Amino acid sequence: GRCYLLSCVRLFGRATCLAIIAFDELKTDYKNPIDQRNTLDPVVLPEYLIHASFCVMFLCAAEWLTLGLNMPLLAYHIWRYMSRPVMSGPGLYDPTTIMNADILAYCQKEGWCKLAFYLLALFYCLYGMIYVLVSS
Amino acid sequence: MSAPAGSPHPAASARIPPKLGGAAASGAAAPAGPGPGPHQQNGPAQNQMQVPSEYGLPPQNYIVPSGHYSQGPGKMTSLPLDSQSGDYYSGLYTVPTQNVATPNTASQQAGAQQMYGRAPPAPHAVGSTPGSFQGASSSASHLQTSASQPYSSFVNHYNSPATHSASSSVASQGFPSTCGHYALSTVSNAAYPSISYPSLPAGDPYGPQMFTSQNAPAVRPIRDNSFSGQNTAVSHPSPLPPPPSRQYHQQQSLSGYSTFSWSAPGLPSTQDNLIRNHTSLATASNPTNTVADSLSCSVMQNVQPKSSPVVSTVVSGASSTRMPPAANRPVEPVASVTQPSELLQQKGVDSSSTTSSASPMPNSYDALEGGSYPDVLSSSASSPAPDPAPDPVPAPAPAAPQPSKMPKPFGYGYPTLQPGYQNATAPLNSGGPSSSPVYSGFQQYAQQYPGMNQLSSSLGGLSLQSSSQPESLRPVNLTQERNILPMTPVWAPVPNLNLDLKKLNCSPDSFRCTLTNIPQTQALLNKAKLPLGLLLHPFRDLTQLPVITSNTIVRCRSCRTYINPFVSFIDQRRWKCNLCYRVNDVPEEFMYNPLTRSYGEPHKRPEVQNSTVEFIASSDYMLRPPQPAVYLFVLDVSHNAVEAGYLTVLCQSLLENLDKLPGDSRTRIGFMTFDSTIHFYNLQEGLSQPQMLIVSDIDDVFLPTPDSLLVNLYESKELIKDLLNALPNMFTNTRETHSALGPALQAAFKLMSPTGGRVSVFQTQLPSLGAGLLQSREDPNQRSSTKVVQHLGPATDFYKKLALDCSGQQTAVDLFLLSSQYSDLASLACMSKYSAGCIYYYPSFHYTHNPSQAEKLQKDLKRYLTRKIGFEAVMRIRCTKGLSMHTFHGNFFVRSTDLLSLANINPDAGFAVQLSIEESLTDTSLVCFQTALLYTSSKGERRIRVHTLCLPVGSSLADVYAGVDVQAAVCLLANMAVDRSISSSLSDARDALVNAVVDSLSAYGSTVSNLQHSGLIAPSSLKLFPLYVLALLKQKAFRTGTSTRLDDRVYAMCQIKCQPLVHLMKMIHPNLYRIDRLTDEGAIHVNDRVVPQPPLQKLSAEKLTREGAFLMDCGSIFYIWIGKSCDNNFIEDVLGYPDFASIPQKMTHLPELDTLSSERARSFITWLRDSRPLSPVLHVVKDESPAKTEFFQHLIEDRTEAALSYYEFLLHVQQQICK
Repeated sequence: GRCYLLSCVRLFGRATCLAIIAFDELKTDYKNPIDQRNTLDPVVLPEYLIHASFCVMFLCAAEWLTLGLNMPLLAYHIWRYMSRPVMSGPGLYDPTTIMNADILAYCQKEGWCKLAFYLLALFYCLYGMIYVLVSS
Repeated sequence: MSAPAGSPHPAASARIPPKLGGAAASGAAAPAGPGPGPHQQNGPAQNQMQVPSEYGLPPQNYIVPSGHYSQGPGKMTSLPLDSQSGDYYSGLYTVPTQNVATPNTASQQAGAQQMYGRAPPAPHAVGSTPGSFQGASSSASHLQTSASQPYSSFVNHYNSPATHSASSSVASQGFPSTCGHYALSTVSNAAYPSISYPSLPAGDPYGPQMFTSQNAPAVRPIRDNSFSGQNTAVSHPSPLPPPPSRQYHQQQSLSGYSTFSWSAPGLPSTQDNLIRNHTSLATASNPTNTVADSLSCSVMQNVQPKSSPVVSTVVSGASSTRMPPAANRPVEPVASVTQPSELLQQKGVDSSSTTSSASPMPNSYDALEGGSYPDVLSSSASSPAPDPAPDPVPAPAPAAPQPSKMPKPFGYGYPTLQPGYQNATAPLNSGGPSSSPVYSGFQQYAQQYPGMNQLSSSLGGLSLQSSSQPESLRPVNLTQERNILPMTPVWAPVPNLNLDLKKLNCSPDSFRCTLTNIPQTQALLNKAKLPLGLLLHPFRDLTQLPVITSNTIVRCRSCRTYINPFVSFIDQRRWKCNLCYRVNDVPEEFMYNPLTRSYGEPHKRPEVQNSTVEFIASSDYMLRPPQPAVYLFVLDVSHNAVEAGYLTVLCQSLLENLDKLPGDSRTRIGFMTFDSTIHFYNLQEGLSQPQMLIVSDIDDVFLPTPDSLLVNLYESKELIKDLLNALPNMFTNTRETHSALGPALQAAFKLMSPTGGRVSVFQTQLPSLGAGLLQSREDPNQRSSTKVVQHLGPATDFYKKLALDCSGQQTAVDLFLLSSQYSDLASLACMSKYSAGCIYYYPSFHYTHNPSQAEKLQKDLKRYLTRKIGFEAVMRIRCTKGLSMHTFHGNFFVRSTDLLSLANINPDAGFAVQLSIEESLTDTSLVCFQTALLYTSSKGERRIRVHTLCLPVGSSLADVYAGVDVQAAVCLLANMAVDRSISSSLSDARDALVNAVVDSLSAYGSTVSNLQHSGLIAPSSLKLFPLYVLALLKQKAFRTGTSTRLDDRVYAMCQIKCQPLVHLMKMIHPNLYRIDRLTDEGAIHVNDRVVPQPPLQKLSAEKLTREGAFLMDCGSIFYIWIGKSCDNNFIEDVLGYPDFASIPQKMTHLPELDTLSSERARSFITWLRDSRPLSPVLHVVKDESPAKTEFFQHLIEDRTEAALSYYEFLLHVQQQICK
């Protein structure tokens, strides 16, 4: 039960965080790619780590269904980070290529998809939490 | 790369009911007006075609040519058009350009016919006499080339018109009646198809007989005579009356010029048209191509000799540059022809034509008007022979300069006429202001003129409009067409616009689009399977450029587009933006036209008359005061570097060019050297000698004396010279082998960041110390791998970050890599790529062991140090609503969707942009692109250079295919392939390239072409596409299976990304010439030199005969291949050795021998060399020497162990299509 609650809050936090990222990307037209990189890159790794830690918590709580729902995203995160451009620090975005229309479109789409996923996860958690509260 | 790779598959399978292969053609023809007799009435193209086939139908031919010519010449002809052509025009052809020429003829007809009969005989007679007839000679030459070919007759016809025109023009002055020849013929043809004329003119008769003797002589006489035009005149029995002669000269020279320039570009097109028509009509074989090419060549040649030196240079420039005839010229201001100095373009530009304040001098007027001239000149950069053009001075052809100047005044006479166009024509036609009336009245005159015009126009490319559609869509069976490569350079297609817009349009040298008919929707574009994009050369050296000083720079209030020739004026006070369609007010200041000193004519302002202009920007366009020119040299002085000895070359070049560094009194310069430590040089004024400061803490670099390291060039000149003299010897005994490049760059960044400027880095090995150190990543055993080529991307982001930092501080880093070993250019290049720098690479550089590289470095440095430079620049590319920028290629940092940040801009930088169509363009018929380059000149002026390109929108697939600019498409594909190979893999990129061909051809085959051929069918506009793509696949950047060093490959990729199109095409598909039999036939005059113009050979060993010697122009390198049984005379006269055996293995210079053949060879090579950003090194390759493999690698039509031959490639493509 607590696990759900916790995850709810955290997920919500992450969702908003990602939403910001998505909107940032949407606004890229008005923003220097370097600045954008500087605001986004520090967030990327923490987000991935938080998500991974949730997965671990789900695993500990033996929430197999929830874990199963999150596994694809975890795998995607791992792949995404492995295939990031060559860079010395943490981060994902290369300011020299981000303005490439294809990459930009991809990043935006990614942002929206993840936002949707997090929202759904939030409602799923809310449902789970309420269900637990009610049933107990 | 998304495009090539993206949807490779020829889904095209859906077979649209064959529209007719002819459909395209018919469509094209349509404008001409379908006539009962296809021959006669069809579009010009058709006519031509018929002619060849039928031989006997001369009239048609002529007509056609006139049409073609007229287009090209359009400018020239424009006058006639105004006066006479109107009816004709509209009636016959929808397309204006073609009509232009024709109308003249039409009007003249009655007289002409008779005349005509006379005329033909005359030429024949003349023909026998050498030199008398240029036309004859030309025709002859044509004949020669084409003789073997089936359609030679065809060619002849074609040529003959040209000759006629030339002769006619001459005649007209002298002999009005005679003049008629050409015009007459054309007219008569049009009017009276059945006239017997045809057989004569065909030129068959003349050509062969006269040919041999004529060529050389013709040229000479011309020179001698003051008349540039004389050649043509010669043909006529009686010399021109004196008074007319002058005018005539002018005209001729001009005409010659026009024709020439046009002709070069135009010819191919016309040829194509002819050819295409042929094929489409019925004749299966395509041999005509070669013929046509030959024709074009000959025509060009003929024309050139006529013109005086000035003209000739112009011509050469034009031809070389491949200015699209009509479009280019008009755009650029002709005015200051006399002034132009090549290199000093900057200055010229600055001073020459400032319109706003300028008084309405004829010169400026012309410039404003956008005469054709300037463009040609301007083209010089791209063209092989830039130098000569600028200075009309040369004595040999005094007449020429006059003509060139003359036009301007005339231009005055016709204020109502369209600016550039009319001006040019007017001068040509008439001697003086009165000419216009005369013109119209004089049929002969007009005719002559038109003739010239027609020639030129047809040659030039006008053909595009009228004939282009049919021609460019003519299906070509690639597998059966043996000689696909034209004999003359391929010109950019001219957009199918109306005449006015065509005149005003931007020069293709600066601005090209892969599709000159923009597809209406993304769906249509996807169907066509062709890449859509722009190729830019925005900072190209121009000799003529209108510079506008104005308090208010007129721009659209919503999209910030600069006012340009393609906006529409709703009324006197309002204009409508052509990109966003917003209606804006015309500011008060804009109502006054400084050129004409008139008020209330905003549409006559230079901004609206030229598609390439430069504004002097006000302080609104500055974020800070304009920076001074600042140059910092960062030099590797490790053992490796000292051993290679580049310091000597560099210091010598610097000493020589110190005074020529662009800049003003604030110019600053500094030096740093590094090995395992970093050395700074205090050059502060007042010191007795340079002071060296060593910083050995490379982990935390600091500047020892920040204020005195970058010093004023003029105040500290002596110290600088001392340093440069001392540097080469300062480190001779160094044992330091390490290289701390990273820390040195960090220091350079610190040093430069307060001002911005240019950092030139010389590096000779892998950086091995401090930040940014690199490891060798190349496995030599994998060099010829066909599978995976790794490490095309950077190993570290250090250099990229540094470049971005530099870019943010307006500092560009130029890299000179001189190394004998792997140096990880893939990583190092990042420092230049993202800071808008440039990259030079000299593999295995050694001062003494490799003198050719040393020489190359020296020449490159000279260009590098003295060329124009712009600082703290940004470039924005705007396009009509509905289109959007997709991806940019080049060296820069993209700061927002349409803004490129360029710390420095140099005249040798090219850019490419992929476009996508976001909204349907159905409600517009024209699309415009505008690049605005805002920069700080080396004189500290903030300037904006604006180019505007206007293109029509095509609604059908046929339109799209008809408008393909195959060279631009290939260059864009190459850029995309580079991205693909870095982001994905080389084999992916190669597949994408092949798929680009397969997809586009199969899409064409299944939708546009209705012919059920067994072969591989391509529209004529795409016929070179497979060849070029094959060439790309065999290019160093993309080849596999051949041993290629990683650095070489990466460098080739860098080149592809940042070279302008003209240079890139030479890299991709070198030009091969046979040079052991150079003649003056068709030679052009550059300054006072005669430059032979041998035909292009296809890149195949079958063209190499043991008896010959061949020159291959690969852009950055020249090979001269000497056959084993090469004529000893040639070896002795040109190479200076008695026989083949005694030629040394390493020979990099042609001796200056006092023989004719040596002179010809050298002048040809010099001409090719001129105005290349990378001065090519010459290698003499003996047959059977080890170096020959390198030469043979460039014969891309041949099979190698690792790659297909051209024919096999075609079969492969065909196979893929059939899948």
